[in-house]
Amino acid sequence: MSISETIKCDLAVIGTGMAGMSAALFAANRGVSVVQIGRPKGILLASGLLDLMGVHPVQENRSWNDPWAAMDALCRDLPEHPYSRLKKEDILSAFGELLPFLHNAGLPYCRRVEQNAKIITSLGTVKTTYCVPKTMWNGVLALENQPKGLIVDFFGLKDFSAGRIVATLRERWPELRAVRVFFPGNAGGKELLAGEITAQVLETSESRMKLAQEIKPHIRDARVIGMPSICGMRNPDEVLSELEKEIGIPLFEIPTIPPSVPGLRLKEAFEVGLQAIGVRQFLQEQVLTVNRGDNSELILHLDTKGRKVVVQSQGVILASGRFMGGGLYASRRGIRETLFNLPVFQPGDRKDWHRKELLDSRGHPANQAGLETDDLFRPLNEAGRPAFETLFAAGSILAHQDWMRMKCGSGLAVSTAYASVNAFSKTKEQFK
Amino acid sequence: MTDLETQVLIIGGGATGTGLARDLALRGVQCILAEKMDINAGASGGNHGLLHSGARYVSNDTVSAMECREEGELLKRLAPQCIEETGGLFVAVEGDDENFIADFPLMCAKCSIPVQELTPEEALDMEPVLSGNLIAAFALEDASVDPFRLSLENVAHARSLGTRLLRYAPVVGFDLKQDRIQSVRLFDKQLGKERAVSADLVVNATGAWAGDIAALAGIPVHVLYSKGTLLITSQRITERVINRLRPPSDADILVPGGTVSILGTTSLRIPSLETIGPTVEEVDRIIEEGAAMVPILEEARYIRAYAGVRPLVQIESQGDDRSVSRGFTIFDHSHDGLDNFVTITGGKLTTYRLMAERTADMICHKLGVSAPCLTGTVPLPGTQVSGWSYPGLSPKEYMKSNNPEDVLLCECEMVPKSVVDSIAASIREQGGSPSFEAVALRSRLGKGSCQGTFCSIRTDAHMIDKGDINPDQGLNHLRKFLNERWKGQRPILWDGQLVRAEFLEALHCGLFDLER
Repeated sequence: MSISETIKCDLAVIGTGMAGMSAALFAANRGVSVVQIGRPKGILLASGLLDLMGVHPVQENRSWNDPWAAMDALCRDLPEHPYSRLKKEDILSAFGELLPFLHNAGLPYCRRVEQNAKIITSLGTVKTTYCVPKTMWNGVLALENQPKGLIVDFFGLKDFSAGRIVATLRERWPELRAVRVFFPGNAGGKELLAGEITAQVLETSESRMKLAQEIKPHIRDARVIGMPSICGMRNPDEVLSELEKEIGIPLFEIPTIPPSVPGLRLKEAFEVGLQAIGVRQFLQEQVLTVNRGDNSELILHLDTKGRKVVVQSQGVILASGRFMGGGLYASRRGIRETLFNLPVFQPGDRKDWHRKELLDSRGHPANQAGLETDDLFRPLNEAGRPAFETLFAAGSILAHQDWMRMKCGSGLAVSTAYASVNAFSKTKEQFK
Repeated sequence: MTDLETQVLIIGGGATGTGLARDLALRGVQCILAEKMDINAGASGGNHGLLHSGARYVSNDTVSAMECREEGELLKRLAPQCIEETGGLFVAVEGDDENFIADFPLMCAKCSIPVQELTPEEALDMEPVLSGNLIAAFALEDASVDPFRLSLENVAHARSLGTRLLRYAPVVGFDLKQDRIQSVRLFDKQLGKERAVSADLVVNATGAWAGDIAALAGIPVHVLYSKGTLLITSQRITERVINRLRPPSDADILVPGGTVSILGTTSLRIPSLETIGPTVEEVDRIIEEGAAMVPILEEARYIRAYAGVRPLVQIESQGDDRSVSRGFTIFDHSHDGLDNFVTITGGKLTTYRLMAERTADMICHKLGVSAPCLTGTVPLPGTQVSGWSYPGLSPKEYMKSNNPEDVLLCECEMVPKSVVDSIAASIREQGGSPSFEAVALRSRLGKGSCQGTFCSIRTDAHMIDKGDINPDQGLNHLRKFLNERWKGQRPILWDGQLVRAEFLEALHCGLFDLER
């Protein structure tokens, strides 16, 4: 027998990526009752780095130290970009609200408010980003000063090669060495994934001591050590500082290939933190259909196993992501939005979706596909008017941006979530 | 400045060139095989992997049909390790030409091609994914062949008999003296310098590039380019080769090979060899046509598209390029004023051995060598490291070996470190230096559903660790590999493959900034 449940709330957030999580946070912080629905996929694939605005114009591959100046230039050149609808102070407030929340959830971040940060990737390339997990901050500083350094990897560890990192960085950071050691408990060098299980090993002081003993003989004149981001699932910066104490010099984590530990930490921090402030999360479910109720509220039908759950909400923030997240779907004939069947801005023909080279610096036209909105981030219908009074869109589902090339993914997610929540609050006032 | 001497220099490392190298080696002729890229880089690697029964050609080219029948039977006996004897069906659906159907068994009989008529029900019983609109079906002896394994084993056998292989060594010029080629200048990319090869005889076996190479020697060879695009499904769709029972046209053959199926092809005249890649329009057309025989092709998942160029030497004909004979042409350029220069082009994979035999006959005649051809009787020796490009072999071997320390570099196609190591070792044995591209060509790396998202990074790291890649050469080989895989991805990016492509881009651009 199926038990049915109807939940009434002010705001339903569809999506559990960076945008959905941020929207749930901002809404809950404003006393709005929030239900959040979606299987966490996108957040698992997060690198842990929070980009704001790094590259513009993409075809020139111009990287900016000052994200705000980059944003000004972007909005001048591409007035349709979602950032054009936002003010710097709002974006600052959004990060000002998000970062303390993550800090309290055990995941402190570092940034320079007016500056981008450069960080080493696991390929040894240097990526422009904005907020960096505290466990990675020593790496940002080290890259600026290039002291004698050591990159450590482990026998059996996939997807991470200290040798590759050192080789790629040779010109930029000549005094960097690579060393491979045995990871605690893996003396045989069996296959090791840079995931949860490996990260948890370093949560015990015994393992940290063992690892320190492995690394110490190789330090020699090194002043700083980089290693894959596997320093604990919970409170990683404590794990890292304990390890630093054992080893005696500063350490930093290097982001690994998703699904990675920093992505898992973010997911965990958001889940625990949001539930603590009263967000009701449905993380095993997804929204099947939505229809309009009698009093202009939106009725969401969830697919749950054996149980019928209906969410009745005044407003909805659609943060369902792009193709990976499931917010957009492409068939041979076109791109559509999967839940409301909203019109999707897109290049006319499939042959125009992608360029001939994957790494074409101009980016692929399909990446610009997405939802077009009004100034309040309400997706537009075919007539160019808001599809629903109280439906908002946030994050990568928005059109006219290429977060992968512009290095603006998290910033876009967080700030459009912020703007959507504020817009919802405003419209809610009007309804009263 | 001649630094290499040989009896015969073969230019081109496709099916014909490698087959010719083995044929000549078996006759005791000393050869150098020079390839501008790597084995099967042209049409020999860009085809269906179909070993024709011959039935495909009974209506328009009986010579080819009979050659295919004979060669197919012979290869099944002599190179069984390269062949999967799938059997084939020829099927017609409502609307197909009934006269053609009625004549088909007779046309096959004329070419001595064994054929068995089936009822549509019997055919559906054998291959349940066939269309419900079948009106006729015949069983034939088509099979699938792994063109990479075939060429690699031809090379390996030739090498064991003394043939020298130069990969990544494009021809840059010919030094002529009176009526002879004095030497051929190659640019050896691995050594980074030019080398001159003097040979008693030079063979141009460069397929679609035959005109370009001949032109370097001042000889006109007119080659027309007919591009054929093919699609690979993520799963094997049928047990047997499925042919549409009609005069050859677009997308009427579906060939299974290991764990995948290959659907194609188109036939598109192209003006030059600069843009050989598959296009969105071709992909859509192939699916539409293929779905008439096998409806689930409409919704199937495709993991890659690719294209090859058929060299057509004949004078331009009235009909489409398929009505031009698929036969091959051997030119003795002594008629054009160069005594020691031969061009072989055209033909098809099924008849590669015969082409090699005929060419070798002419060469031996010119060189005064009387040794007979042995490739029609001597089995092709199998080698352990040649089969890693075949879909489904790697997982089978990996599961069998059950060695937890043999970490998988590619999870989609289950390629472990040991396979990469053994390929690298075999390249080194052959006097080459293993590169990322060479290992990728000889294995399933990057050919599975994630199209190189992870294995690119892992294999790079592993080969650095092993000393097979000099890390100081930077990341350009990774960029090149990803861009190369992309060519096959781009026309099939919808549904699940677009999701994977988005992840690929998020990782390699979003995180690694490889576009910069």
